Amino acid sequence: MGTMTSKRESGTVPNGIGRSVKRTEDARFLLGKGRYTDDLRIPGQAYIYVVRSPHAHANITSLDASEAKSASGVVDVLIGSDYLDDGLGTLPCIWQVRNKNGSVMAEPARYPVAVDRVRYVGDAVAVVIAETLDQAKDAADLIVVEYEPLAAVVAGPDAIMPQAPIVHNDAPGNLCFDWEIGNRAATEDAFSRAHHITRLDVINSRIVPNPMEPRSVVAIYDDIADEYTLHTSTQNPHLVRSLLCKSVLRIPEHKVRVVSADVGGGFGVKCHLYPEEVLLTWAARRCGRPVRWTADRSETFLSDAHARDHVTHGELALDSDGTFLGLRVSTVANLGAYLSTWSASIPTYASAPNLAGQYTTPAIYAEVKGVFTNTVPVDAYRGAGRPEANYIVERLIDAAAREMGLDRVEIRRRNLVPSAAMPYATPLGPVYDSGDFRKCLDMAAGNADYEGLAERKQDALRRGKLLGLGVSCYIEACGVSPSRANGISGGRIGGFEMAEIRFNPDGSATVFSGTHSHGQGHETVFAQIVTDKLGVPFESVMLVQGDTARIAFGHGTVGSRSAAVGGSAIVVAGERIVAKGKRIAAHIMEVDVEDVHFEDGEFRSRGTNKVMTIAEIAHAAYLPINYPLDQMDPGLDEICFYDPTNFTFPNGTQICELEIDPQTGHVELKRFVVADDFGRILNPMIVHGQVHGGIAQGVGQALLETVVYDADSGQLLTGSFMDYAMPRSCDLPSFEVSYHEDSPCTHNPLGVKGCGEAGTIGAATAVMNAVLDAMSSVGVDHMDMPASPSRVWRALRAATSKLPRPTASASATAGNGNQVGNAHGE
Amino acid sequence: MANKVSLTVNGRSVQREVEPRTLLATFLREHLGMTGTHIGCDTSQCGCCTVLVDGDAVKSCTMFAFQANGTSITTIEGLASDGRMHPVQAAFQEHHGLQCGFCTSGMVMSIVELVEKYDGLDEASVRELLDGNICRCTGYHNIVKATLAAADVYRSGSAAATHTDTLLRS
Amino acid sequence: MHMFEYLQPRTAIEAEALLLANEEARAISGGMSLLPAMKLRLAAPSHLIDLSGIEEMRGTSVDDNVLTIGAMTRHAEVARSSVVRQAIPGLAALASGIGDRQVRNRGTIGGSIANSDPAACYPASVLGLGATVMTPRRRIAADDFFVGVFETALEPGELVTHIAFPIPERSAYVKFQQPASRFALVGVLVSRSRDGTVRVAVTGASSHVFRVPSLEQALAAEFTPGAVENIAIDTEELNSDIHGDADYRAHLIPVLTARAVDLASKPDAVGKI
Repeated sequence: MGTMTSKRESGTVPNGIGRSVKRTEDARFLLGKGRYTDDLRIPGQAYIYVVRSPHAHANITSLDASEAKSASGVVDVLIGSDYLDDGLGTLPCIWQVRNKNGSVMAEPARYPVAVDRVRYVGDAVAVVIAETLDQAKDAADLIVVEYEPLAAVVAGPDAIMPQAPIVHNDAPGNLCFDWEIGNRAATEDAFSRAHHITRLDVINSRIVPNPMEPRSVVAIYDDIADEYTLHTSTQNPHLVRSLLCKSVLRIPEHKVRVVSADVGGGFGVKCHLYPEEVLLTWAARRCGRPVRWTADRSETFLSDAHARDHVTHGELALDSDGTFLGLRVSTVANLGAYLSTWSASIPTYASAPNLAGQYTTPAIYAEVKGVFTNTVPVDAYRGAGRPEANYIVERLIDAAAREMGLDRVEIRRRNLVPSAAMPYATPLGPVYDSGDFRKCLDMAAGNADYEGLAERKQDALRRGKLLGLGVSCYIEACGVSPSRANGISGGRIGGFEMAEIRFNPDGSATVFSGTHSHGQGHETVFAQIVTDKLGVPFESVMLVQGDTARIAFGHGTVGSRSAAVGGSAIVVAGERIVAKGKRIAAHIMEVDVEDVHFEDGEFRSRGTNKVMTIAEIAHAAYLPINYPLDQMDPGLDEICFYDPTNFTFPNGTQICELEIDPQTGHVELKRFVVADDFGRILNPMIVHGQVHGGIAQGVGQALLETVVYDADSGQLLTGSFMDYAMPRSCDLPSFEVSYHEDSPCTHNPLGVKGCGEAGTIGAATAVMNAVLDAMSSVGVDHMDMPASPSRVWRALRAATSKLPRPTASASATAGNGNQVGNAHGE
Repeated sequence: MANKVSLTVNGRSVQREVEPRTLLATFLREHLGMTGTHIGCDTSQCGCCTVLVDGDAVKSCTMFAFQANGTSITTIEGLASDGRMHPVQAAFQEHHGLQCGFCTSGMVMSIVELVEKYDGLDEASVRELLDGNICRCTGYHNIVKATLAAADVYRSGSAAATHTDTLLRS
Repeated sequence: MHMFEYLQPRTAIEAEALLLANEEARAISGGMSLLPAMKLRLAAPSHLIDLSGIEEMRGTSVDDNVLTIGAMTRHAEVARSSVVRQAIPGLAALASGIGDRQVRNRGTIGGSIANSDPAACYPASVLGLGATVMTPRRRIAADDFFVGVFETALEPGELVTHIAFPIPERSAYVKFQQPASRFALVGVLVSRSRDGTVRVAVTGASSHVFRVPSLEQALAAEFTPGAVENIAIDTEELNSDIHGDADYRAHLIPVLTARAVDLASKPDAVGKI
């Protein structure tokens, strides 16, 4: 790229781009030396326990903390009135969505601790600060809160019924926004010309992201310097700082340092400003002590943002040969009790613009009502809006194929955007820069032996099982995001990324990035980029991330952006290093700068045998004796703020094959085959790992995970791992992952598209399409997630007469011979 | 009320006065400052806190320090020896069996017991026998691969003799 | 977690005395149920009486066609015990499927049955094999032992020391797991004694483990999977929750019974260890 042209092919540099380099970060994790927030020990620290509402909706009529305040070990107890007395602000949403009529969405106040009313089970009502956590919990029992319970509403569609309880007085009808996108008239017209219309109602279930590290916060206030340090397990330290300072605590940003060291998984749920981050920063100053808080897992269920929870009606218009003519989608998105940091953007701009999918559907219209309920706030989770879009589109296609008697793969092939049509402008705005959708579909269908499906179904039937295969073709707008695109759609945040490459006098390089790895292996991959582009030995590159005091700025790691945007920033910073290095080299080698070229870490002058390594240039830059000081500054340290010109569009096809035991309803995954286009692959090992994990999360939603609220009381019934089913090793098969690199991203210097969310975006759909394929043979054509055993059995029971009748021995030997006969999973 | 608990941790003899309600996980993290053992849930499901107690994998969040009195504990910090990784640790690095690293400590300790105690492991049995550990990042694919690779190393020699050549880089 | 006093008796008699002397005291063996309850502040005993030092409550032996297992024997020990695997392979297999590996390394058979968790596996074996629960005071027949949700016939301060299982001709246990907790959504233990008596015990489906006479009669007449396939189970006493309603559990009972019958007919199946 640019000045860094290389004769070498990608993948040929040792530890460079395209190599499965083993991860730098592994050793510390494997030795138990990771540094997670809860591992910090600060002298003088006190512990915080957050008292939470047991009611879904209630007025706080009185709150007496006097006894708790005098309990053993208690430092202080802070409540909503203290917060108001201190004149502090509310937690903002960083996307302002507009209604159909152009007015702005409702933004009711979200205080970090309830001031007069609680709106969900888990809403914070008091903060107990004590010498030990046990003492804080003991004191919490002494706080007397009197509630006047109010009627609660937990389901999105219920919240917009005329008589629904009102969650916020300043959000009439519980409506946050009523938003639309697309050309309604053109879509109506397409439907009026349709040969066939497929209609479908689906629920995209509510789930809890549940990274294995519970959120953790440590706050320190230095009263001499009037400075704060906030250690927090976040994906996005600068965002936390900006929102905390500007909107909430009203303190200047240079007085606050946010540090996020090792983060034990994020998946989107750690990219928000949370009430606890506010409360601890506030408490640290109030009580003059370092304070710490780590969620119990049960608390995670009540205080981490939940995800998805869309109720959607979709319609697909087709002509007689199965060509898609139009698509219209109407969604009620449950936002929970308050707007979380990103929440308004998720069902709208993060979701609906992706409804074109991989297809040429010419007319699309979507509308989304965002509604408040008495539930935990809902926000981003891996894929964030795109899995929801994929789900309705791909479910509709399968339904249409069934209704019209068309083959599911063939109807998709017929409607794919051809690679020759790239760049392709979809009707909803996104412009796909590159992609060969047909190639991924064919690869996956071939690897999954789609042709042999009928035979396998027959074989399964003989064993008393229902076999199904599901296809999902996904595409996602990633590499977030062009700042201008954010602004146009109501974003109050930029989308660029920052990278700084600082050469040290010895030739080693420190890379500062505003992205933040919480499992993705940036320390490894970013070093690969620097090694590849600048010829610095892999071991001589170190990444610094997750610290606002050390990194100029950043937008963290969300939306599969780190390689595409953060990596591109590194490349451009590297180009600037090379440009400066050439001028230094030209001066020292006494040649024209135009005659200096850079390759393999060396500056050479054409026509001479003069050569300087980049390490020698770095040395010269920091010891500028023989140096063009009249032309430039000493030092070799370049920074880039890279604002992408477009989103990237990772795409591919996922195919799931499974078997249902009709006697129990248990679904067993047999194969999961994917073919992806992520553009250029920087580290195949890591990319495969990202895909595996992403698939598992999609499978989790499809088969296991779901949030259940009691509709009357608003109590969370799935409040721990005892009732919320996490995918375990025995629930999953090994995955068959392949990719092609023939359609690199055209607008960033690495050609990468991003791989972090892809697995999740298509997987739930592939599983559910497979479940329905298996059950359609007995007349079941619809079911919502999760396809848990009891729900599958119930769906099948309606069609009992058509069930296959296995022989007694076939059914009884369904176990694998283990006498424990663990029927689940065998 | 304070009582004394006395045990061996990674070969080191340890005595501390603690409240009886002190969990073994808390004892390790807060009293001994050994934060390699993680706590990922409060219902004894996730296995992040797994350590070996006299060679048995146990969830240290579901055991009082007092119940470990007189035992020998091995934690993630005690697996490597002489600057070399334990075969399970090495297999995790080789096969990308970890991403965020949080479940890894407990996962590795659980697998150490698995490969030490079980013969004839295959993919199906490994998947079945790892159900006490939850990982959210990897989808288990590479964990299973790493486990089978480590089991192979075990089969071809004793654990003590097979500490791998993977040099520690931290 | 609330404060408590920790005591470690050496004999069962001593332990019973400590339990009787302190009204809010609780015995702890593996602690796999009690400890999580204490962490969530759902249980707050004043004293914990740790039974792990009581040697007389350990071990397995076979005598006169009866397998006796000490209450403090861990699930992993039962699963691996050559004595158990030879005498009642279905019981070893059941133990090998309880909880997960870490839980099996800590949890004990006595703790499990004294707790009478509605979804625990061991109660199905005690009832389904017609075992006798032994305490320092008396012997309690399985049919009299489990009386309610987390409720047994044990009197205040009374400890289970051993469980005596008559060795059946054949037996097997089949569990269908609740997807989150992996406890039994429904678990069925089927046994046939040498005199042809059949017992069918179901866990996970009701307030506590129970027998199903209709299935037992059908299997006494014909010990085949087909004999129970079409027997309907009354839903009245069955649990309904978010993981499965009473209809579903009622449906699973004969399905799993049939599978257990089939497994019981396999001579060499001893389950995973």
